Amino acid sequence: MATEERTAIFETPETGTSLWSQSVRRLMRKKVGMVCLTVILIFYAAGASAQWIAPYEYNAFNISEIKARPSLSHPFGTDRAGRDIFSRVIYGLRTLVILTLAAMLTGFVFLGITLGLISGYFGKMVDAVIMRVGEVFLSFPDILLVLLIAATLKPRVTQWVYSIEGATGIDGIVRVGIVDYVVIFGAMAAFSWVGMARLVRGQVLYIKQSQYVEAAQATGASTMRILLTHVLPNVLSPVIVVVSTGMGGLVFTAVVLGWLGIGVQPPTPDLGRMLFENGNIGVLRSDPHLLLFPVAAITVLIFTFNLLGDALNDAFNPRAR
Amino acid sequence: MGPYVIRRLMWTPVLLFAVSLITFTLGRFGPGDPVQIWMGQYSNPEVVERLRNQYGLDKPFFVQYGIYVKDALQGDFGESFQYRGRDVSELLSNRIWVSAQLNIAAMIIAVGLGIPLGFFTALKQGTWVDTATVSTTLLFMSVPVFLTAPGMLIVFALWLDLLPTHGWGGFFDLRIVMPALVMGVPGVAFLTRLTRASTLEVLSQEYVRTARAKGLHEFSVRHRHILRNALIPIFTMLGLSLATLVTGTFIVEGFFGIPGMGRLAIESLFARDYPIIMALTLIIAVAFVTANLIVDVGYRFIDPRIRY
Repeated sequence: MATEERTAIFETPETGTSLWSQSVRRLMRKKVGMVCLTVILIFYAAGASAQWIAPYEYNAFNISEIKARPSLSHPFGTDRAGRDIFSRVIYGLRTLVILTLAAMLTGFVFLGITLGLISGYFGKMVDAVIMRVGEVFLSFPDILLVLLIAATLKPRVTQWVYSIEGATGIDGIVRVGIVDYVVIFGAMAAFSWVGMARLVRGQVLYIKQSQYVEAAQATGASTMRILLTHVLPNVLSPVIVVVSTGMGGLVFTAVVLGWLGIGVQPPTPDLGRMLFENGNIGVLRSDPHLLLFPVAAITVLIFTFNLLGDALNDAFNPRAR
Repeated sequence: MGPYVIRRLMWTPVLLFAVSLITFTLGRFGPGDPVQIWMGQYSNPEVVERLRNQYGLDKPFFVQYGIYVKDALQGDFGESFQYRGRDVSELLSNRIWVSAQLNIAAMIIAVGLGIPLGFFTALKQGTWVDTATVSTTLLFMSVPVFLTAPGMLIVFALWLDLLPTHGWGGFFDLRIVMPALVMGVPGVAFLTRLTRASTLEVLSQEYVRTARAKGLHEFSVRHRHILRNALIPIFTMLGLSLATLVTGTFIVEGFFGIPGMGRLAIESLFARDYPIIMALTLIIAVAFVTANLIVDVGYRFIDPRIRY
């Protein structure tokens, strides 16, 4: 009798009933969420494989076809140098993909989650320092500080990379534009970690008091193990929701930076710069396709990220419904 | 409540110190010596030396920082590089006032439309009005300024010929309408969603049921019991939304040719006019910190349940 009971208790639960798989299944059932996920994947895949997908080179200009209307050979038309806008939008997406993914991984995932976990779990001085530093970052007008960083630090970094190139004999690091990317996503990441760290910290403070963490501490599990296997999985669902809407914000920031002229430098296509060059009433009157196709691409991307955030919130945060 | 407010007030100067130190360091890290930039290619070592001395650039870093902060506290942010001989504070004061008016107009639109709209859609939860509003607001939150600005231009200037497209004439001028709308629309969408969510939260509270059960008039239940409590979480978001507005200012001023701080900042960036960018960063940072302080402290007055 007693042994039977014990086996019943320790029986492994049926697979696929964990909170996680339930959430994922709830998400799969949401048509809107799945459509959004598909659209985002298509955009990111197109951006990532730009050089194979784009029908034309981004710089292939053709004087005989200046400002051509959309047609079969140029689905989005051509710009004032006769370059194919469809290809340029795809290459612009590549820039966006690199910047947003890099900023997301460094800002949200690496800095945000790590600092949030540390801050929440260890508390006291560590917590105070991390949160106060975060507050300093939040006090800055982000766009202005990014402007300042891009204007002042980028030349230094460029010089430094040139000296590395000279010393190691590797050529072309600067020419490919890596420095541009690094400075920009670094500046973006510097601002995006604070919100995430605060969110994770709040969750950790709550989970820290739970009995399973206490049990793990009692059995002598290492801090690393407790954080990674007991705390982290339980803070992830709000994190996923915030990452999705946060990606929409990162797309917007990247575009704004390009628009201000401190994004990736030409000739590399940048959607923000395309908007800047065509964002006036004259273009709208005569050649609206120059502006509307790049804007449409950005709008669809930001919209799907926000919509996906809503769907994820419903799936992963059942209480919020 | 007392100790919390005192702690916050003591922390604020430290925060501003950190912000100013970072800004100053970045400004001094800029490529090249400001004096070299002034002199261009005609640099005469003697003159450079004299100018460096005159502007205190030959002093140790922290002494320079001390002087900068001391002057800044008295409203003196030094001289602009691009407009030689003009004080940064003189250049900025006009521009900031223009941008502030634009921001206030956008804020009025966002609060004036967003809160009532969110409140009423929450009361109509589950009907088509609610569904339509929720999806429309999500769309408007996602549409970047880059689309709404030209869109408004097409509709109101090209087709309807109702509003002027360019320039600035103060708060009570027709030219403020379009830029303020462009900046206000995402705010309307955001506040609608926020108000809806917090109203729904309050609607399910027991004191609302009690108020109805004791026979209070529906009007007074809605305004005294529901709306007032629903507004509490919205109050905290107003401080944060200032940051979003500032970003919007940069782009909108470019589109509509408004002589505000956004345009000045971009001009200054390309002219490597660090004194102006530093001063703008500092002034806006002070505004953020003050707004957050007011919100955080005010929150404790509005919602006495919060205790630290």
